[in-house]
Amino acid sequence: MHPSPMRTTRRRFLLGTAALAAGAALPEVLFAHTGGSARLVVVILRGALDGLAAVPPYADPAYAGLHRELAISAPGVADGALALDGTFGLHPSLTFFHERYLAGEVVVFNAVASPYRDRSHFDGQNVLENGLAKPIGSADGWLNRALAALSRSAGQTGERAVAISQNVPLILRGDAPVISKSPQTSPDVDEELLSRLADLYSKDDWFSARLSEAVQTGKLTEAGGSPAELPAMNPTTPGVPPATTPGTDRVSGAARMAATLMRSVGGPEVAVIEAGGWDTHANQGGAKGALAQRLTGLDKALRTLADELGPLWPQTAVLVVTEFGRTAAMNGTRGTDHGTGGCAFLAGGAVRGGRVIADWPGLSRAALLDNRDLRPTLDLRSLFKAVLDEHMRVDAKTLATRIFPDSRGARPLQGLIRV
Amino acid sequence: MIQTEIAVLRFGLGARTGDLAAAGGDPRAWLMAQIEGAVPLAGNTPLAPSDRIFAELLAARDALEELKRESAAQRAPTDATAAAAFNPVRDAYLPHYRAQVLARAQSAALTTRPFAERLVHFWTNHFAVSADKGAVFGIAGTLENEAIRPHVGGRFVDLLTAVEQHPAMIAFLDNQYSVGKDSVLALVAARRGAGAAEGKPKREFGINENLAREILELHTLGVNGGYTQTDVTNFAQIITGWSIGGGKGRLAGGTSGQFYFRDNLHEPGPKKFLGKTYYESGRRQGEAVLADLAVHPATAHFIATKLVRHFVADDPPPAAVERVARAFLKSGGDLPRVYAALVEAPEAWDADVRKFKTPEDFVFSTLRALGFSPQKPEEMVRTFELLGQRQYTPGSPAGWPDTSKSWDGSDALLRRVLWASRVAGRYEQALDPADLAVSCLGAYARPETVAALRRASSASQGVALLLMSPEFQRR
Repeated sequence: MHPSPMRTTRRRFLLGTAALAAGAALPEVLFAHTGGSARLVVVILRGALDGLAAVPPYADPAYAGLHRELAISAPGVADGALALDGTFGLHPSLTFFHERYLAGEVVVFNAVASPYRDRSHFDGQNVLENGLAKPIGSADGWLNRALAALSRSAGQTGERAVAISQNVPLILRGDAPVISKSPQTSPDVDEELLSRLADLYSKDDWFSARLSEAVQTGKLTEAGGSPAELPAMNPTTPGVPPATTPGTDRVSGAARMAATLMRSVGGPEVAVIEAGGWDTHANQGGAKGALAQRLTGLDKALRTLADELGPLWPQTAVLVVTEFGRTAAMNGTRGTDHGTGGCAFLAGGAVRGGRVIADWPGLSRAALLDNRDLRPTLDLRSLFKAVLDEHMRVDAKTLATRIFPDSRGARPLQGLIRV
Repeated sequence: MIQTEIAVLRFGLGARTGDLAAAGGDPRAWLMAQIEGAVPLAGNTPLAPSDRIFAELLAARDALEELKRESAAQRAPTDATAAAAFNPVRDAYLPHYRAQVLARAQSAALTTRPFAERLVHFWTNHFAVSADKGAVFGIAGTLENEAIRPHVGGRFVDLLTAVEQHPAMIAFLDNQYSVGKDSVLALVAARRGAGAAEGKPKREFGINENLAREILELHTLGVNGGYTQTDVTNFAQIITGWSIGGGKGRLAGGTSGQFYFRDNLHEPGPKKFLGKTYYESGRRQGEAVLADLAVHPATAHFIATKLVRHFVADDPPPAAVERVARAFLKSGGDLPRVYAALVEAPEAWDADVRKFKTPEDFVFSTLRALGFSPQKPEEMVRTFELLGQRQYTPGSPAGWPDTSKSWDGSDALLRRVLWASRVAGRYEQALDPADLAVSCLGAYARPETVAALRRASSASQGVALLLMSPEFQRR
């Protein structure tokens, strides 16, 4: 029971055992897959991004009157939108999105929505991630079902995806094994303790699977880049919530971790990043202000992905989505309430971009949904299907049946990916 | 006698030495004796009330604006680092936030009514506010201590009303400046605007539907509770004027930091909601709606589902939900009757259905097992940051998720190992881990776990193994 001079030696010995014990429950090489070279990053914006601010339809005659002080002006004036196509622009915070748009690497979507038509964040996010028409009814997510199908057809069992969070979000839950890794810490745990825990968990599949994943992911991170490159454990004053310091760096921290893992040998093909803080009910701001700061953070995250993925960028697609849009009119507290139609982005070296895809219904009173929301004209699943089909090479039949059942009306878009 | 363990570990917050013996005679009676009346904090951390904290915040904001004016007047070159370092609002709030986190952990560690304390936590999560919203940071914990603790053992309508009128909730869901378009304030502004100079944009007033929507969706009826967008909008009109005292100019009035009904923001007149017309005036109109919502069958079913999910299983067994919902309806939302139905549900006593602990559950049960009452606020704050459940910051008004899948990531498990080994590092020789396993897990301690603890190379390693054992990680 006492520490002894032998301890160092014994620890070294047990370190080997830890790897063995943990490895026993694992497929031989984590992330070993012979699938395509395509890489996919999904960025989920939780809280409902205002698509009419991120992708301002400045040429719509009703826009400025409805969005009022939250509206973004036409390109060319101070704090105006970044020009896209004569009708739509980008919020002035999205400079890197704009640069890549001009380089032909970004498709901008507007007036899109999942099939969900009520206005609850939580059901909306559930539908966004479960891939069905309704919030309840699936314990797994569409991206996991796609990965499971890919693994099945290739006869593989390893993890192909990582969630950049402590726990796995719904979109990645399901039969296909997935790891989770969060950017704030890289815990340094005593190997002997891990070895003994592996022993203790040997009769409990649930715990032993997670411990093995944790140990393996730790190794992968070390192999993928020097620990110094990873964001250090939260250095802020304890107890200061992130929102009191701008959250802009958190998303790019997650992006950096995703890129580092994806670039490591045998690293994941797919990563999911989450970013919160989009629920702008009060004091949303226009070209500057609360939402502008969040968008700056998102822009920085895309730049980080492009920089850090480096040689992988040409084979990468980044899908940026949110659960729904916000009201066309500003509310009584200089913000916007929950709406329906919103925006989305597909970016990356693999993307055939430089285009806006929006079957624009207009913002006239008659055109609005329920007299308040942008009417969606494109089902997000058409976009998801296109990415899975053209980029990840999931076959069309599986897409229509297993991954997005009851999605007949949502035909996959064509030609979003360079071939 | 596995029922004793279920009472203490599943319904309670984990065993302190002696808890299993205390509950052992009659576990159900041990639970029932805890549920009546208010549940004050156990522990010794002094806490400031929300109105005082709020007043400090307002003063800090004034100081900040003063500073901005000064530096603008001097045209001093802006030093971004210095500006970020000086944050009087954060500095005013931070000590309160830390004290609230510490007080909560102490109370969980020390309470002799752990079932009632868990119910306090349940309602705090049901009525979630999040301290990562700037205005709520320093007062997030006061909602729990001022609105929930007094009413957790009373009637649901009183709990609901206290919560929706608490400044933390009003500020979190932005209701303080939600203004009826025919309110006195809007009319006066319109009249002034008509006479004002051309070209000056006039301020328009309107509602913000955030609080109204979340009361319906998250606090009472549930998302499938049968309300429409029109009900949401009308309810938002009904609660215009529900605000916080202590503003300036046209928003002056009331006591700083306390709930204040601003008649001049309120949309006047009768309003229709869920098929009924409410003729009450002013503040009472919203209270009448809350009173109806509090005894609505959809509310009973929604609350029962969440209680059963929390105390029984991630997939709530319908029979147990039905039993609890019936008790809710029959008693008109008398919460001790509701809790009693939960305790009486046979499904709650199934030894096999075990919930994976949330980080909160894990930390609080560890404190109780080790008989440790924390004294350092930074330490508790950092613990929850590490484990991914920063106290009072669920982020969304839906609260923290209450299913295993939301907490069982491999990264999360590794962080628990890290924390367990740090905590255990304090117990070099003082206790025998195998004995500790028996005193905190009772019959749930598996023989192979006890054997592994006996083989541990040090007491601290044994304690870490115990805390990370599958039986300690579940409840």
